Amino acid sequence: MPNITSKRTFLDLDAGRIRKWRRLQDKLIYRFFQLNGTLSILILLGIFFLLLADGFPAVKNLGLSAFWDMIWNPTSFVKETYGLGAIIISTMMVTLGAMVLAVPIGLACAAYLAEVAPSWVREILKPVIEILAGIPSVVLGFLGIVVIGPAIATLFNLPNGLNAINGSILLAVMSLPTIISISEDTISAVPRTYKEASLALGATRWQTLIKVVIPSALSGIIASIMLGMGRAIGETMTVLMATGNALKTPHSLFDSVRTMTSTIAIELGEVPFGSDHYHGLFVVGFILFIMTFIVNLIADIVLAKYQEVER
Amino acid sequence: MKKWFISSLTLIALLIGLQTQPALSATLIQVKGSDTEVNLVQRMAENFMKTNQGMSIAVTGGGSGVGIAAIINKTTDLANSSRPMKDTEITKAKANGVNPIGVVFAVDGLSVITQAKNKVNALTMDQIGQIYRGELTNWKQVGGADVPITLYGRQPNSGTFIFFREAVVRGDYSNKMNQMNGNAQILEAVKKDAGGIGYVGIGYVIDDHGKTDPGIHVLEVAKDSRSKAYSALKLENIMSGHYPLTRPLYQYFDGNQRAKVETFIKYELGPEGMAMVKKEGFYPLTDQWKKYNAQYNF
Repeated sequence: MPNITSKRTFLDLDAGRIRKWRRLQDKLIYRFFQLNGTLSILILLGIFFLLLADGFPAVKNLGLSAFWDMIWNPTSFVKETYGLGAIIISTMMVTLGAMVLAVPIGLACAAYLAEVAPSWVREILKPVIEILAGIPSVVLGFLGIVVIGPAIATLFNLPNGLNAINGSILLAVMSLPTIISISEDTISAVPRTYKEASLALGATRWQTLIKVVIPSALSGIIASIMLGMGRAIGETMTVLMATGNALKTPHSLFDSVRTMTSTIAIELGEVPFGSDHYHGLFVVGFILFIMTFIVNLIADIVLAKYQEVER
Repeated sequence: MKKWFISSLTLIALLIGLQTQPALSATLIQVKGSDTEVNLVQRMAENFMKTNQGMSIAVTGGGSGVGIAAIINKTTDLANSSRPMKDTEITKAKANGVNPIGVVFAVDGLSVITQAKNKVNALTMDQIGQIYRGELTNWKQVGGADVPITLYGRQPNSGTFIFFREAVVRGDYSNKMNQMNGNAQILEAVKKDAGGIGYVGIGYVIDDHGKTDPGIHVLEVAKDSRSKAYSALKLENIMSGHYPLTRPLYQYFDGNQRAKVETFIKYELGPEGMAMVKKEGFYPLTDQWKKYNAQYNF
């Protein structure tokens, strides 16, 4: 008897210690994740203030009006100009072009994978699409120069294929994996009961897909498009190689364009530290940051509105 | 737990040991800069390393501007540059404790190229300038077919961009000029474009066997409308200086760190280096540049 009691107390003690240890563990893990969360906010704020602080001297020296102009040419032979117009238009042109191409294809592909494709097809296609996301951007840029560029040139009878549409096609390819895999996940996550109810009411599979499944998955689909767009706006190497980088304001998708990211990439390597040009590049970075921020903000607002309706 | 800790410590120690070892046994020379020079210097470095065990040379491109920025910021040992350093850059380097010394190790006949089918054979410097400023926009204005001109040039970080602007354009490049990533890209684009014009280092026009690329046409260039046009493809035109776009190719180093790079530079300037210069399609040093190098004891 005494033996057993002593054993029992020992066990109790141990259990208590384990419970305490567990609680501590929980707390530590909680703090760890909290730290990670705060850290990402801190990094974001850090980047924001760095861009602001490094861009400010240029605005102070040149005045805001210098940036409110079309042509960016700080290494000019005659007169330096810091106009942001052409490069902002170029960036938007290439990005929106990419989205126009990628959204329908990506959505169709996601719907096919989630709703139509037999499972063996899905098992092959999904990993293949994810591999597409792993292609380095220089490789895509190279494809833009040797394959897509000449193809565009012959197809539209242009002197060369280094233009906005080339960049758009490449960026569409780059953002497709993001759009497809996230959309496919959300479409698959639509409850079966929705579909069954729709089919039971006599809707065809097509009607069910368009009127029931995709609207219910819309929040995830919009998120996927915004993520894809974020990737497209920020992409540098591919557009740098494929769009020709002419300084002039583009008038059509067949014009050569120079995006904000290309401008930073081309010039930051050799710009004299601390010059107006150096700080001007941070202004470009700041505007780019604000643009991606707005894209994400819009996505968030749309999502919140949509979720309200759903409830 | 303890065992795991000890074994991971040993692993870290081993990794550190592995990493530092090669650094102790070899001298690493970093070379950065000009896209025009990168292939030539890469080849020289490879051959140099074959005969000089214990020397390791890493050559990267990026453009002359990038190389010069790196020598100012002490992040490279040698900066390839197809243009001389600007006064402002030299002042900046000196303020950073760097004493930049430039050696000329090859001569380039900067080539103005068109597609092989283009009938125009020669242009004056003035015409090329007008074309690149966007004042002439059709080949028929310079005696060619009725085809609009597409401009191909380099990016502002390129020494060739600066050299060509100062020597020929003497103003701003047209905003319509496509700013390409390097010589090779200009060459490829001009090959495919019937109305294209571009400028590249002579080394990119000529292959290993001394043949000109069949897809392109190298224009003869005249100093002005009264002088004769000369081709960059002929050695004597470069040696005599008759070809107007003849230019030296520089390599800059920090005079305070001379010992580190001296053997390599001497190798480049020696007979083996000069043979490789010719093989890559560039031209060896003229007396003028030999004299220039002599002031720095090279």
